[in-house]
Amino acid sequence: MGIDSTTTDRRGKRAGRRHPLASVALILAGLVTTGGAYALFTSTATAETANTAIVHQQLVDEGKALFDANCASCHGFNAEGTAEGVSLHGVGAAAVDFQVGTGRMPMAAQGPQAEKKPVQFSDEQIEALAAYVASLAPGPEVPDESLFEGEADLANGGELFRINCAMCHNVAGSGGALTEGKWAPSLMGVEAKHIYEAMVTGPQNMPVFNDLNLSPEDKADIVAYLKFMEESPSVGGIGLGNLGPVSEGLFIWIFGLGAVVGVTVWIAARAH
Amino acid sequence: MTTTTTPAAASTTVTEKPVGKGMRFTNAAANYIDERTSISGLVKELGRKIFPDHWSFMLGEVAMYSFVVILLSGTFLTFFFDPSMSHVTYNGSYAPLKGIEMSAAMASTLDISFDIRGGLLMRQVHHWAALLFIASIGLHMLRVFFTGAFRKPREINWVIGFVLFILAMAEGFTGYSLPDDLLSGNGLRIIDGMLKGFPVVGTWISYLLFGGEFPGLVVIPRLFVLHIMLLPAILIAALGVHLLLMIINKHTQFAGPGRTNDNVVGVPVMPVFAAKAGGFFFVVFGILVLIASLFQINPVWNYGPYDPSPVSAGTQPDWYIGFADGALRLVPPGWEFVLWGWTFSLNILVPVAVLGLFIVMVAIYPFIEAWITGDKREHHIAERPRNAPTRTAIGAAGVTFYGVMWAAASSDLMATHFRLSIEGVIHTLQALLIVGPIVAYFITKRVCLALQKKDREIALHGYESGRIVRLPGGEYVEVHQPLSEYERWRLVSYEDYKPLMLRPNDKGKITVGMRLRASMSRWFFEDRVSPATKGELEQGGHH
Repeated sequence: MGIDSTTTDRRGKRAGRRHPLASVALILAGLVTTGGAYALFTSTATAETANTAIVHQQLVDEGKALFDANCASCHGFNAEGTAEGVSLHGVGAAAVDFQVGTGRMPMAAQGPQAEKKPVQFSDEQIEALAAYVASLAPGPEVPDESLFEGEADLANGGELFRINCAMCHNVAGSGGALTEGKWAPSLMGVEAKHIYEAMVTGPQNMPVFNDLNLSPEDKADIVAYLKFMEESPSVGGIGLGNLGPVSEGLFIWIFGLGAVVGVTVWIAARAH
Repeated sequence: MTTTTTPAAASTTVTEKPVGKGMRFTNAAANYIDERTSISGLVKELGRKIFPDHWSFMLGEVAMYSFVVILLSGTFLTFFFDPSMSHVTYNGSYAPLKGIEMSAAMASTLDISFDIRGGLLMRQVHHWAALLFIASIGLHMLRVFFTGAFRKPREINWVIGFVLFILAMAEGFTGYSLPDDLLSGNGLRIIDGMLKGFPVVGTWISYLLFGGEFPGLVVIPRLFVLHIMLLPAILIAALGVHLLLMIINKHTQFAGPGRTNDNVVGVPVMPVFAAKAGGFFFVVFGILVLIASLFQINPVWNYGPYDPSPVSAGTQPDWYIGFADGALRLVPPGWEFVLWGWTFSLNILVPVAVLGLFIVMVAIYPFIEAWITGDKREHHIAERPRNAPTRTAIGAAGVTFYGVMWAAASSDLMATHFRLSIEGVIHTLQALLIVGPIVAYFITKRVCLALQKKDREIALHGYESGRIVRLPGGEYVEVHQPLSEYERWRLVSYEDYKPLMLRPNDKGKITVGMRLRASMSRWFFEDRVSPATKGELEQGGHH
């Protein structure tokens, strides 16, 4: 786990592994900042804006602390990049949210590509990290959840998916092989916002689909199509991994022909 | 129930029984038909036909029954399928494709799947049955090959069976292409590319087939005509000849007491075999429907309509075309070159030539072996694979060669599912394609010879009983259990070939052909284990 930083209000609730005085310090810090801010600004509106700005700055600072402890060894102390890791200037909050939020970062080991694994940070910590990286240079934002809630055009999503995504991820989103030991992962069971972020940031070997290429609505349609595929039951029965003719062929040779040969042996068995 | 074809068995004693009302009707009807068709002779002949009982003799039957299931389900599908490439906008009940432009063929396939009662089940029965059809043909061919059941007088039937196998694959491929979905469209694109890889004529053939530039608007209707009319007609005709020849040649049987090269031991068609076979048809039908109702196959709605631009990851043909797809995948890069302004696509021509040669070798193997052995006798006893070590080894090499190409068609899935790099998989398979058959050949041959040795040992000295006896002199010996006559028969009755002697012909000359034949014969029969002779057996018995 990362460095334990102190300040936001929300993080106070998860006090399990903190110093007993952490909550007190947190409340104190909160009171001082809000009180101080109130004292400084008489207008309520200005006070709120400044308040947000300060909270944001705290988030960034917290993110910076987490970053220094967990990411800087590869990405550098200013996220400028080293021989081991790329520069994170301009990758945006979306990239951090995707890479850290799916457990790909911090990377377990240098390999052909970062693997998905259990997520290492809490949502708040990821938010802080994302805020820090986003503060370095402008980049894609974490999408608003409301984008995935409206009416989506499934047919459009499906068509765009087949044209833009299926060559690596397979028409059924089951994933596929790339060169040099890399692969396009399965898209089943991936959170909507992570799919969206992957499209805008192009993680690992994936190309970037920017908003001119696929509009945010198009991307939301693709996400909706994938969610439809994931949630709707397989129409024709058990899908055999949705891998196409290979698993079908394997099935008929092992189970189909296996069953039939079993019956031939049974029929031809002589009753002694 | 075991009877033989010897005339003695044919004599029947008719006992008078009171005839029931139903029986009287049956008799009258049978008489009516017989008086007009003289069919009783045929029925008598066929009804007394003897079929030996062995599970591996029923694999061809499985193929035939799957074919019947294919015909039945296929007929249903033709009622609703529209083999047209005219553009329509899909407006059926599958939401994610609503409003998408596609061909009428694809739209009607979707309608069969989603809007016609029982349509999806029938589609799945049809497709699963097709996979089982070709798989059982393959297994049947392997059985015939490894037991030497293709030897005289059955060489012609082997060739007809081979034609059936090719026709089945053609049926499969044309059927796979009909829905005009993304997956099958990519398959057709590969065919188009392969055609265009041929010098001079390639482009012309491609334009002829697709009625212009790929994909055009005519290929689906054309494939449809082939799929439902021409190919099935030839297939049924060839199947008829195949069965007829099987009846004329009689079925082979494994060696056993009372089973000689001149008889067939088994059960007559009527009533036992027919009942078993009829029941077996329904079992196969049932298994296919069960699979089709539980397991999805070829979900065209996932693939979407064909569009020449997208190609999905994991695009493979159905299993029986896999070996050809694999052969293309195994070609190393950079095999095209330009000469005098022409592009020579060796990356296509070489695999096509290799596959063509492989397939032709399969078709003519019986004639090659007959020439090498110089054996002109009829063979009705199925050999145990170990008793023909060289043939079995050749078969194993062929199976390995095919298997490596087949595996190569799923190289990408092996890479993702076993966490390998695709280059590593391809390079391994490239090496295996050459080394695998050679290794398989030698291992199989040695295993066969070792098994033969073991058989000889057992025939001469009996089984090791595991009972150790101490003799009066203090010596310990293991008691060997002698074989029964029945068991021994199986072990000692097989053909023993020797390499042909190179002798001058009538004109006192030794031709190149004769030398070749002698060397091939040496290759075939140099390493061999002769069956225990009668003399040896008698001696062995005294141990």
